[in-house]
Amino acid sequence: MPETDTTFGDYGGQYVPEALMPAIEELTDAYERYVLANEDGFMDEFRERIHDFGGRPTPLQRADNLSERYDRDIYLKREDLLHGGAHKLNNALGQVLLAKYMGKERIIAETGAGQHGTATAMAAAHLDMPCEIYMGRRDVNRQRPNVFRMRINGAEVNPVDIGRGTLKEAISETMRDWATTVENTHYVIGSIVGPAPFPAMVRDFHRIISEETRRQTREQYGRLPDSVVACAGGGSNTMGIFADFTSDSPFSTAPDSNTDADEDVSLFAVEAGGSSLDVDEERGVAPNSASLSTGSEGVLHGARTKLLQNTDGQIMESHSVSSGLDYAGVGPELAKLVDDDRVTPVNVDDDAALEAFHRFSQEEGIIPALETAHAFAFLETDADLGEFVVVNVSGRGDKDLEAALEETAKRDLPNAPTMEVFDE
Amino acid sequence: MSNPAIDAAFADEPAFIPYLAAGDPSYEASLEYVEALARGGADIIELGLPFSEPIAEGSTIQNAIVRSLQGGMTVGRYFEFVTDLDVDVPVVCMTYYNLIYQYGDESGPEPFVRKAKSVGIDGFVVPDLPAEEADPLREACDRHGLDLVFIVAPTTDDERLDRLVSLSSGYLYIQARLGVTGARDDVSNETTSSLDRLADYDIPKAVGFGIKTGEHARDIIAGGADGIIVGSALVDIIAEGTETDSPTEEPAAELESLCQELKAGALEGAQ
Repeated sequence: MPETDTTFGDYGGQYVPEALMPAIEELTDAYERYVLANEDGFMDEFRERIHDFGGRPTPLQRADNLSERYDRDIYLKREDLLHGGAHKLNNALGQVLLAKYMGKERIIAETGAGQHGTATAMAAAHLDMPCEIYMGRRDVNRQRPNVFRMRINGAEVNPVDIGRGTLKEAISETMRDWATTVENTHYVIGSIVGPAPFPAMVRDFHRIISEETRRQTREQYGRLPDSVVACAGGGSNTMGIFADFTSDSPFSTAPDSNTDADEDVSLFAVEAGGSSLDVDEERGVAPNSASLSTGSEGVLHGARTKLLQNTDGQIMESHSVSSGLDYAGVGPELAKLVDDDRVTPVNVDDDAALEAFHRFSQEEGIIPALETAHAFAFLETDADLGEFVVVNVSGRGDKDLEAALEETAKRDLPNAPTMEVFDE
Repeated sequence: MSNPAIDAAFADEPAFIPYLAAGDPSYEASLEYVEALARGGADIIELGLPFSEPIAEGSTIQNAIVRSLQGGMTVGRYFEFVTDLDVDVPVVCMTYYNLIYQYGDESGPEPFVRKAKSVGIDGFVVPDLPAEEADPLREACDRHGLDLVFIVAPTTDDERLDRLVSLSSGYLYIQARLGVTGARDDVSNETTSSLDRLADYDIPKAVGFGIKTGEHARDIIAGGADGIIVGSALVDIIAEGTETDSPTEEPAAELESLCQELKAGALEGAQ
């Protein structure tokens, strides 16, 4: 029996069907040997590939115009420059490589915004593994460019028609595939969610973001930042950039770590406030995805965590203008860090995120993913962020252009460009 | 320790265990459908309490759950349903852990078990609760004399099997094939090898996942099972009845007759 702790305080665990438990045990063993103990040089190969294929390290860039606007030093961790246009490749490449080391022959994954699906499709093509992606029907329609990318990289894309057709349904459906094919298939889960060891393992593939951020802030600014701001849906980019600023990471004994200094770094997880934080218990709808801010403890997709649910425990339909944040749960480690007061959960609504999308595009020349735009919208609030702030630019917004313009057209945003150039 | 009503169901002849989701497609119709199972020869009824994210279910039962939730099923209504149900066989509640967990309090899942016992439920099957997470529910069931049935999968190794047998009471649910629930045209040969492995354990073994005909039932009992569990093939009848808007008596009669066929098959297999 593996010895790794499966929980983060009261959260985490392994709530999955018995059929999957042997695969979970096998994965736990592989995680301990290859990821934690670098057996057969696994982590060396991962670092080499994420460097050569992925383009790491990503830059830490001073945002001059935003720094002037907010009268503090705003730095951007440019995960949008990672191959594929988002942080997602760290985890996808790590897990597909791990699947190869484990002798698996097939990759499956779920995707919401399509960023994890495209990253997995790229990694699978790179490492020559067959790959199938499950994606909610609604997301297939919202994120067409990413569907094309997955198909072009050679992956199958299976639309999921059950329920509202978003990330929640895609995860459930991928788990069903895995329950059927578990003997030769690895499920590359796309965030720090699911049964142990997934939340810890996915964090460990993304923690390279925080490792680089610590080094770069010291080199470029002479010290660690006052605040780190990241958007949070499931929370993989969030834990990626937070990991080495918390004392729970098994890697936090890194040579440059300094726990006292780390405790002074404020960590803000920005959730999607959607159209409202109110819930409609009758219809089972929470028009937001703010499970850290407003959720309650429960069990979903293999883990105990904070959830959007009704009093019976039925999972609510979540909402966000950004598909990547549109999820009723959140990683169990983030739930614990919030309870421990180490991470501050905040949220911004759809309107503010869209406004920030346009502002950031115009002021910095970077079109952010709608997910990332939530982190920028938070800068507008009067939270005490200190002098030196790092924002994780979790992804670029090319995939969102259609959705962003459509949503912008529904609103009266002061800073949105018109599209009258198309008028006759 | 196990529940005497469930023990009795396995005592003399193979147990036929049909499943339906409570409230599919409506409270009233579902009462009639579940009672038809008993008339058709059910020895135990597995009664689903619908959860919005049923990760172990195939499309047939997922759709039943959607119909039931849309028809207004809640945890409170489910307990009323069991109270209103007029059947004289044991009822096993099949649901997912979050619903049990939310009904609980700081003491754990005990309040759900206590309430279940008070309305006449005899045991539980919880597909997303593996041995690793089962201690609190196991203890609550022991305290109230209810059974907790564990699922044994084709992937379960011998070490895990020992652990599941020691945790399980009432019967073991033998998953006939990898994958999710759903009616199939053949019976998996994974079943035979599972039953062979289990022959030495002194606990009734009921096989589920994919059974839909009397012939399947006969073969599985002849292969050494003590019971058969059938869900999707029965739910299909309700799905069709709902789609064609048939009067409740029609699907109810069909359910009763399929149950008779399955029960007869099981008995034949025991000859």
